[in-house]
Amino acid sequence: MDAVAEPVTQPVRLRGRSYLAFVLTPVVPVIEWLKELDDTLMRSPGFFVGKPVVLDLSAVELSRSAITHLILSLEKKNIRVLGIEGVDAALLTSTMPPALSGGRTCAVALAEPERPEVKPAVASLMLDSPVRSGQSVMFLEGDVTVLGSVGSGAEIVAGGSIHVYGTLRGRAMAGVNGNPTARIFCQKIEAELLAIDGYYQTAEELDAGLRNRPAQAWLDGGIMRIAPLI
Amino acid sequence: MAKVLVVTSGKGGVGKTTSTAAIGAALAQSGQRVVVVDFDVGLRNLDLVMGAERRVVFDLINVVQGVAKLSQALIRDKRSENLWLLPASQTRDKDALTEEGVARVIVELKKSFDWVICDSPAGIERGATLAMRFADEAVIVTNPEVSSVRDSDRIIGMLDSKTVRAERGERVEKHILISRYDAGRAARGEMLGIEDVLEILATPLLGIIPESQDILRASNVGCPVIMNSPGSAAARAYMDATRRLLGETVPMTVPTERKGLINKLLGRRAA
Repeated sequence: MDAVAEPVTQPVRLRGRSYLAFVLTPVVPVIEWLKELDDTLMRSPGFFVGKPVVLDLSAVELSRSAITHLILSLEKKNIRVLGIEGVDAALLTSTMPPALSGGRTCAVALAEPERPEVKPAVASLMLDSPVRSGQSVMFLEGDVTVLGSVGSGAEIVAGGSIHVYGTLRGRAMAGVNGNPTARIFCQKIEAELLAIDGYYQTAEELDAGLRNRPAQAWLDGGIMRIAPLI
Repeated sequence: MAKVLVVTSGKGGVGKTTSTAAIGAALAQSGQRVVVVDFDVGLRNLDLVMGAERRVVFDLINVVQGVAKLSQALIRDKRSENLWLLPASQTRDKDALTEEGVARVIVELKKSFDWVICDSPAGIERGATLAMRFADEAVIVTNPEVSSVRDSDRIIGMLDSKTVRAERGERVEKHILISRYDAGRAARGEMLGIEDVLEILATPLLGIIPESQDILRASNVGCPVIMNSPGSAAARAYMDATRRLLGETVPMTVPTERKGLINKLLGRRAA
């Protein structure tokens, strides 16, 4: 006799599982409560999107039509109610979310919806040893601070200001990303070249009276001004 | 634990080979087992200064390429039994050096010597970078004049970035050796002063070697200056520098112009 595959009947298995749902509890007056809900949604838009929400109506006395109206207004706010508790089951129609009971309170972490990645403001670059001849320091995101001297033939390129707690003998180029407010500070100015936002000045043009003194350089219109610091 | 010391400068002609020979000889005299290694492939001078140029059979390149054993290439100094020389090749050039080969040689040398002194060539190319690559300590020879100081600054930057120690996050201990110092010219402002040099280089001072005719004589005779003219100012300065290298605290003396009485009367400059 040929083997005949008989359809195997799978009994429908019913399993129980518990899920965590948010509970919204409207209070009297419901209009005010809906307004407050709007405010919350403005601050955190889409907070309830995709999240299971249970409506707890134990604090209010609503008629069947009022419940229908409430569910509709919540749906308009993109809040989908998966169950209702705290209400007489007779008030619920078959089109409404089913009645729930036996819910356990548990802590809910109110997680803020993900904001777009905001780059943290980058602190300045701090170098705590001298910059040697031939070394090139590039830091386009902000200020550069050197605790030491900058050797002849070295260069510092910064998007922000440059601070040298020592003698500046090399080249300093500040504000390279189009930042004309950047400045260059040093304890002793013997620089070969200073540049701020593209405007540059070589050592030749440096006033002899400024040499070997603490100085700062900044841009005034299109002209670089260099003056001794106090 | 053997120490690898590189004598470097960046600038050429400042006194690296002279200082390698002098410091090597001084360390050997104090009882340390020392080998001086010439890394100036193609322009070797250490063998001349050590007086071993007529005994060179095999050299560093031969050892690096496996053609000869280290023991065949090492030359013992005739005057000091603790002092050995590994000469460079004169016929090849620095491209014959490989990092793995040099590493092997240094490791082998460290087994039998207390000090491995690497005489670096001038410049910042392969010969110089390989000479400093495996160094634990560095002596940066600087003349007190602007181009030498700037080149030394460059070399210091490379010691802090291109050595195995720097790559591991450790530091190469650096010392400045000021050579060819002329007190008279410094006083007249024709040369940089000691303070100016140290302010620019921001590195501890090992010693000040005066400009000296004794050094030229010693090189031409093929004998390190501390052995050839041990009483001279230059020799004494090198001995002091070596003692500082060994950790002793020796007060720093700035060599001044010493004028003999007759030279003073006749108005001549002392050698």
